[in-house]
Amino acid sequence: MNKTRQLCTFVLEGQTFGIPVDCVLEVIRSLPLTHVPLAPEAVCGLINLRGQIVTAIDLRRRLELGPLKEGKTARMNIIIRTSEGPLCFPIDEVGDVVDVEERLFEPVPETMTGTARKLIDSVCKLPGTLLLVLKGDYAELAGI
Amino acid sequence: MNELLNEFLVESYENMDQYEGSLIELEKDPTSKKLVSAIFRTLHTVKGTCGFLGLSRLEAIAHAGENLLSLVRDGVVSFNQAIASALLATGDAVRAILAQLEKTETEGDLDYSELVALLVSLQKPAAEGAASVAESAHPTKAAPTEARAVPVEAEAVPVKAPVKAAPATKAPAADPKPESKAVKAPVEVPVEASAAKAQPTAKAPEGDSPSGSKASDSTVRVNVELLDRLMNLVGELVLTRNQIVQLTGSLESVPMQAACHRLNHITTELQDRMMKTRVQPIDALWSKLPRTVRDLAQLCGKQIRLETEGAETELDRTVIEAIKDPMTHLLRNSVDHGVESPEERRAAGKNPEGRILLRAFHAAGLVTIEIIDDGGGIKVERVKARALERNLITPEKAATMSQQEVVNLIFQAGFSTAEKVSNISGRGVGMDVVKTQIEKIGGMVDMSTEVGKSTTCRIKIPLTLAIIPVVIVGCRGDRFAIPQTNLLEVIRLDKNLMVETVHETPVVRLRGNLLPIVFLDSVLAIKTGEREETQHLVVLQAGDRHFGLVVDTIHEAEEIVVKPLGRALTAVSCFAGATILGDGHVALILDIFGLGSRAAMFQSTRAANAFEEEAKAQGVGTGALLNELLVFHVGGIRAAMPLDMVSRLEEFSREQIEEAAGRQVIQYGGSIMPLISLSRALGFDETKSSDGRVQTIVYARNGRAVGLVIDGVEEIVRGNIEVQPAGRRSGVLGSAVIGKQITELIDAQDLVRTHASDLFE
Repeated sequence: MNKTRQLCTFVLEGQTFGIPVDCVLEVIRSLPLTHVPLAPEAVCGLINLRGQIVTAIDLRRRLELGPLKEGKTARMNIIIRTSEGPLCFPIDEVGDVVDVEERLFEPVPETMTGTARKLIDSVCKLPGTLLLVLKGDYAELAGI
Repeated sequence: MNELLNEFLVESYENMDQYEGSLIELEKDPTSKKLVSAIFRTLHTVKGTCGFLGLSRLEAIAHAGENLLSLVRDGVVSFNQAIASALLATGDAVRAILAQLEKTETEGDLDYSELVALLVSLQKPAAEGAASVAESAHPTKAAPTEARAVPVEAEAVPVKAPVKAAPATKAPAADPKPESKAVKAPVEVPVEASAAKAQPTAKAPEGDSPSGSKASDSTVRVNVELLDRLMNLVGELVLTRNQIVQLTGSLESVPMQAACHRLNHITTELQDRMMKTRVQPIDALWSKLPRTVRDLAQLCGKQIRLETEGAETELDRTVIEAIKDPMTHLLRNSVDHGVESPEERRAAGKNPEGRILLRAFHAAGLVTIEIIDDGGGIKVERVKARALERNLITPEKAATMSQQEVVNLIFQAGFSTAEKVSNISGRGVGMDVVKTQIEKIGGMVDMSTEVGKSTTCRIKIPLTLAIIPVVIVGCRGDRFAIPQTNLLEVIRLDKNLMVETVHETPVVRLRGNLLPIVFLDSVLAIKTGEREETQHLVVLQAGDRHFGLVVDTIHEAEEIVVKPLGRALTAVSCFAGATILGDGHVALILDIFGLGSRAAMFQSTRAANAFEEEAKAQGVGTGALLNELLVFHVGGIRAAMPLDMVSRLEEFSREQIEEAAGRQVIQYGGSIMPLISLSRALGFDETKSSDGRVQTIVYARNGRAVGLVIDGVEEIVRGNIEVQPAGRRSGVLGSAVIGKQITELIDAQDLVRTHASDLFE
């Protein structure tokens, strides 16, 4: 039997992303966001996660996906665990948890450029779609 | 790390604290059998576990110390200074090995045979009869001097092996005399530590001897992280409770109302109790001080008795941590400069033994700590003369100052009265650092003196740093918390109090004085939302600087729980943390010091920008556009950099520099900051300062900081400077004549782009 990895998937700007299930703390509906003036541009604010203050990161900006369309708001938040504390990403839509066979993973194409390259660990060839697997690295995700 | 080893380390560190404390006490009261037994017991506990964990080196030292102690306990050898020092050295050796264990999980290979030999040699009583020597041959088994105790021990010995508390408690009960404690020691120790600790509570009839039982008798070690997490949850429970109470207010169901009422009560009490879990008696800090005082006093040839009052005063552990350094420094100061030498004291008709009193108490919601010495006091005239000499005050001012004011000059930067720099308190860390450290946590410090009699240093600090009183203000729809320790007053801006400008700098006239002001929205670059029509002025104090902050609305005053910001935001110096408001929203807590310095920087940049625009409008090229420069020297030349490119100036010691990814880095403000040697970057030879200090300019952009290593700062100059573009040289903008000297203008942006491009894309 082939080894598999479990990924939690989500959608941002039509692109599907995945993150290892054991990194994901929870997925919640959108919470009020407190804007932080002067913060690094990747930080979109702070949320109150049951008494814990969690920094929210704008993945669109980090992945250079372009801003959210006028009048639309992120509907979901995905909270992940990193070695330096939790981070929250506002996302468009949360997908399923998928079991992916090890052989379907491939390294990031060498021709890929930009900051996205530092955030993406590998590419996963799912039928009909390519899944980009994110690295759970605090500093890279927060762009500091 | 191995769980067992870890537990051993935590416990042994604690034991060694106790060991040291008791030893110092024993020095004062050398005949106390109870103290000797206590010391013996702690060392024995360490030794016992050593054997179990196979730590032979540690065991050997502890064993030698224990042998000596047992002789002291049995009165074979009388306790003296030499023994005290040797036993303290034993404590240090044990700690050193513990530290080694913590780091490498091995005992290390330091040689302690000399110490062991010393301990053995001290076991020979100086001039006592042969009889006692004979006795010492079997020190532990030797019949204690009191015959009555013998049967007790005989009964107790077999108990040793089975780990049972009950028989052990019976043994001392048979003999209610205090001496029984000495006998009890060897019995109790092999029993598992927790059981041993639990005993005093169990044996009520015997436990009535004073100071017999300590607070630690019924405690559980809890991870601080867990407490913090619980704190969070309780905070959240309070919010939920508030919502529920609000929702049920409109309902008419009586049982529901009653349940709500109960929930309300329980939550409040829970919150209250939870807060208490984070406090520690100040003794946690004080118990380490007698050793410091003893060692220092010996070094200066002084006799000093340290007394404490109110050691049980409780403080949040974070506060205790924060006052540790300033407190130690002040105490060192008292020992070094406060108390006179025995000869001087005798000449002045005082007891040759000086006395330092540490006193702590709660008053007006703050904790007051006093350090009182009965030394010669501070010589007011000398302080005044020194302050004049250093240009800290003007002669006019000196004439009108009260004694109290003069004494407190010693907290000013650049003041140090020690005639010669001693290696004790004249370490270059002045009293101004003490003051800054205390003010940082919202405290105050002040000094008063009575010439010839005493000096009192009074520190007032908040009970906790985790919960602070704040005022919530609104600015363009966002809410911010301002700590009340920084807040002086709140005023409504109207036609009686209007913003005016002094050369681009906004000010208000407040009771006849000009107060510089900053607009919160411009400092924080908030562009969303609308300014309110009526605005308010919050008068703030950051150290010695006062300034006004313009905000839209003033909400309520609240006690809030401070929560840290993630690492992504630590580079933003304007915020001290965040908190959760009553409605569950997050609000940022303003750091008034950070805000003040940012505002100052902001204004100079804006002035520079305005100047630049003006220059452009007049068709002047890049000739002159800098108006505030930091001048420094590097690699043998004079160089300068626009002040608004400088985030901070920092000094590090050379040892702090580490190597990471082929680059020199330093730990700075909780993250890693790469260093760039400016002299090497500019193509000069690297010069190394002789004092082992490294001066750096911290350059920060987009939340990333880089340290530019320079040789030393010279001055800050203002004014229009004519820049001569020098040929295209990397990192250099051009040169200019500043203060009649040719000065190279450094292009920090370009430098960082070349030398640390990976950090600033």
